[in-house]
Amino acid sequence: MPISLRISGLSKVYNSSVVIDNCSYTFQAGSVYAVMGPNGCGKSTLLRICSLLESPTSGSISYYAGDNELAYDMRLRRMMTLLLPDIGIFNTTVLKNVEYGLKIRGLSRKSIYDASCEALELVGLTHKMSQNALLLSSGQKRRLGIARALVIKPRLLMLDEPTSAIDVENTEIVESAILRIKQERSSTIILSTHERTQADRLADKVVFVENKRLSQDGF
Amino acid sequence: MEYIASGFYHALQLILKLDSELLGIIFLSLKVSGAALVLAALIGIPLGALLSLKKFPMRSAAVSLLNTFMGLPPVVVGLFLYLLLSRSGSLGFMSLLYTPYAMMIAQTVLSLPIVASLTYAAVSSVNPVIRMAARTLGANNYQTAVAIIREARMGIMAAVIAAFGRVIAEVGAILIVGGNIAGLTRVMTTAIAMETDKGNFELALALGIILLSLSLLINTALHLIQNNKDVRSQIEGD
Ligand SMILES: Nc1ncnc2c1ncn2[C@@H]1O[C@H](COP(=O)(O)OP(=O)(O)OP(=O)(O)O)[C@@H](O)[C@H]1O
Ligand SMILES: [Mg+2]
Repeated sequence: MPISLRISGLSKVYNSSVVIDNCSYTFQAGSVYAVMGPNGCGKSTLLRICSLLESPTSGSISYYAGDNELAYDMRLRRMMTLLLPDIGIFNTTVLKNVEYGLKIRGLSRKSIYDASCEALELVGLTHKMSQNALLLSSGQKRRLGIARALVIKPRLLMLDEPTSAIDVENTEIVESAILRIKQERSSTIILSTHERTQADRLADKVVFVENKRLSQDGF
Repeated sequence: MEYIASGFYHALQLILKLDSELLGIIFLSLKVSGAALVLAALIGIPLGALLSLKKFPMRSAAVSLLNTFMGLPPVVVGLFLYLLLSRSGSLGFMSLLYTPYAMMIAQTVLSLPIVASLTYAAVSSVNPVIRMAARTLGANNYQTAVAIIREARMGIMAAVIAAFGRVIAEVGAILIVGGNIAGLTRVMTTAIAMETDKGNFELALALGIILLSLSLLINTALHLIQNNKDVRSQIEGD
């Protein structure tokens, strides 16, 4: 079941500069959202807070599965993931990078391997499986990040500019992987982007960060 | 000059015919320094990692202290341990003075700050995005720490090798607490000091050659590891 999240009165202040100011918004379960806005408006900050990497200065976020509010615990953390703009590739093989999320969940070796191969297949990196991941090109690294995120079957998937600075071909692979997660798993997906056309291709709803708050585009 | 040349000749002969006294000394050196290093790594790696990963009051003071201890003068360490281990010392009842164990303790004390301090530096230099990535993939605190430490593995290995280089060449501390007793506590460095004193240059030179080769080996390994690290960080930086 996908997760919905309700942001209420959220503010984030970094050393006395206000980035998000008393923002309230509800992301519906199973929808795809594109968050847009100029550089430095707070998209990444919002995604880091929503993925529990950072806590807000004030206000709160509630996560729901259906009508049940979920407690902030390891279980909740493991229902979601965020693809960071810098990805954070581990200095090991491509395969081990993908396997990581499943290993720390204590799954069986066989199922870890099978699921990871499947994820690598989906992003077209099977042939790079046993190579050191730091040697991949930046487009391939992005695809690896996608594989690493989707292998854990998140119910809430967040992606921070998943196709910035990569070519058309890589963008297509990444986008089709995102659409596939949407169709197969009906996960809630929130991605930030600077491209309106990409937002239109992927998202059900486009959200703008304006005046340190979120506002929805009517379409 | 002739003196040195003939010394070299005899030294090589000693090495080539695997002189048993020579072998015993080398073996003890490796055993003492190796054991000290294992101990120092077992304590120093977790300590250095903890210092880097955990935020607590006085942390920077602890790090400064550790950095200061990196340069502990071996003779001073030897002196303090001597006082502790001698009959009237508080650990005198263990009768460890003039045994290889006392030497291991001395070298552990000397190498621990090096291992811990360089581990701290290695773990601290891991890109913060690694911590975030591990978190986003569902790692708990412990698993996140492991992921970060794993990224620092090359630097940690370099820390251990650097510490080994220091203790294998050290003479002050082990001479004081070990006593350089033939067949019991005589190691390469103490033997070189004594044989030189006695004018017995062949054995001293033979040991010197071996010690130098060992140092060369260690530094080559360190160099290789560091080169490898450079390549990786260049790749990561782009
Ligand atoms: N850890 C931090 N400490 C201090 N200031 C920060 C921190 N993180 C972000 N900021 C500031 O918060 C503001 C919003 O940054 P953020 O990265 O969220 O913007 P963004 O919308 O993602 O921009 P971009 O489109 O360039 O990625 C910026 O002014 C930035 O300088
Ligand atoms: Mg950003």
